[in-house]
Amino acid sequence: MTGAAPKKDRPVVIEVHDLVTHYGARMILKGVSMEVRDGEIMVIMGGSGSGKSTLLRHLMVLERATSGTMKVLGQDITQLGLRDMIDLRKKLGVAFQGGALFSSMTVGENIMLPLYEHTDLDPQTMRIMARMKLEVVNLAGFEDLMPSELSGGMIKRAAVARAIIMDPRILFMDEPSAGLDPAVSSALDDLILRLRDAMGMSICVVTHELESAFKIADRITILDRGDILFIGTPDEVRAHPSERIQNLLNRRAEDDTIDPEEYLRRLTGDEPLRNAAL
Amino acid sequence: MNHELLDRDGALVVVLSGDVDLDSSPEARRVLLDAVARGRRVLVDLAGVTYIDSSGVASLVESLQGARKAGTDLALVSVSEAALRVLQLARLDRVFTIHATLDEGLAAG
Repeated sequence: MTGAAPKKDRPVVIEVHDLVTHYGARMILKGVSMEVRDGEIMVIMGGSGSGKSTLLRHLMVLERATSGTMKVLGQDITQLGLRDMIDLRKKLGVAFQGGALFSSMTVGENIMLPLYEHTDLDPQTMRIMARMKLEVVNLAGFEDLMPSELSGGMIKRAAVARAIIMDPRILFMDEPSAGLDPAVSSALDDLILRLRDAMGMSICVVTHELESAFKIADRITILDRGDILFIGTPDEVRAHPSERIQNLLNRRAEDDTIDPEEYLRRLTGDEPLRNAAL
Repeated sequence: MNHELLDRDGALVVVLSGDVDLDSSPEARRVLLDAVARGRRVLVDLAGVTYIDSSGVASLVESLQGARKAGTDLALVSVSEAALRVLQLARLDRVFTIHATLDEGLAAG
């Protein structure tokens, strides 16, 4: 963006400090701290079970943490009442992994749904907005189709159209490239970059697709077993000497090290001996 | 958002300023459609617009279509770089006539 401040100097839109979260007695995030800046694409990566999807759900303000603090667009989410939370969520767009389109609604109705929920706009304004977003995601003319008539890539793009219908300040995308062929995936990456550049939005993407991550990311957060392993630019990640990071990049994230106690618990389903009180 | 209507050289100039967003775009839409309904050439001056979202752009689109149906014209003037990027994203820069300045827009009439 011409004339814009360097991304490292831009305001912080998400600030997470020492976030700890559990599912039942199991600790998923073990004190995660990170920031997302205005207008940057932050890619969150990690192996299976690293906590990346859990972190994304917290960033989307969908879950409460066990402890730690989180500010989104300057607001401490632990202090927000229901009305302020609803107002905050209007500024966040979410494209879920499977698209999460309602099968009983047309594509256009799906895309307009947030407008019907949160605004009193004239129906014609809504229709024009939906068609504009379909144009942006290259689905012009598909508004009257049902989701079942779309391909996987088209469903992903329709989900993006719905996620950006309210011009969110922050867009969250969970595995946008999953299940797509390389050409379709690459086109989706280009769309993500265009959204950042044209709309200036911050975008948080969880992905395990390395090629996509390095193409779109301003910075990459690498999670490992609920901890932050590293946060840096794609070049910094590539050059990092850590064996664990390089294993991840070489798709050998599931390494051979085993915590015998944790492994035994996983197999037996027993409660952990520590952190059991929750 | 604020608005002002000016009568200049036979054209109706709608001057919008401030943020045109979900809260204010219904008013922008009403002002624009009213201007178009007068049956004269309309110039929408966006120089003072600090932010325009999709609902604001949709109001511009609807007004342009209204002008076309009425056999008149609607053009944009002094579009900020940020607003232009939003228009370009949906390829609307190919739909609207955009003038760099109000004087240029008036001269084009």
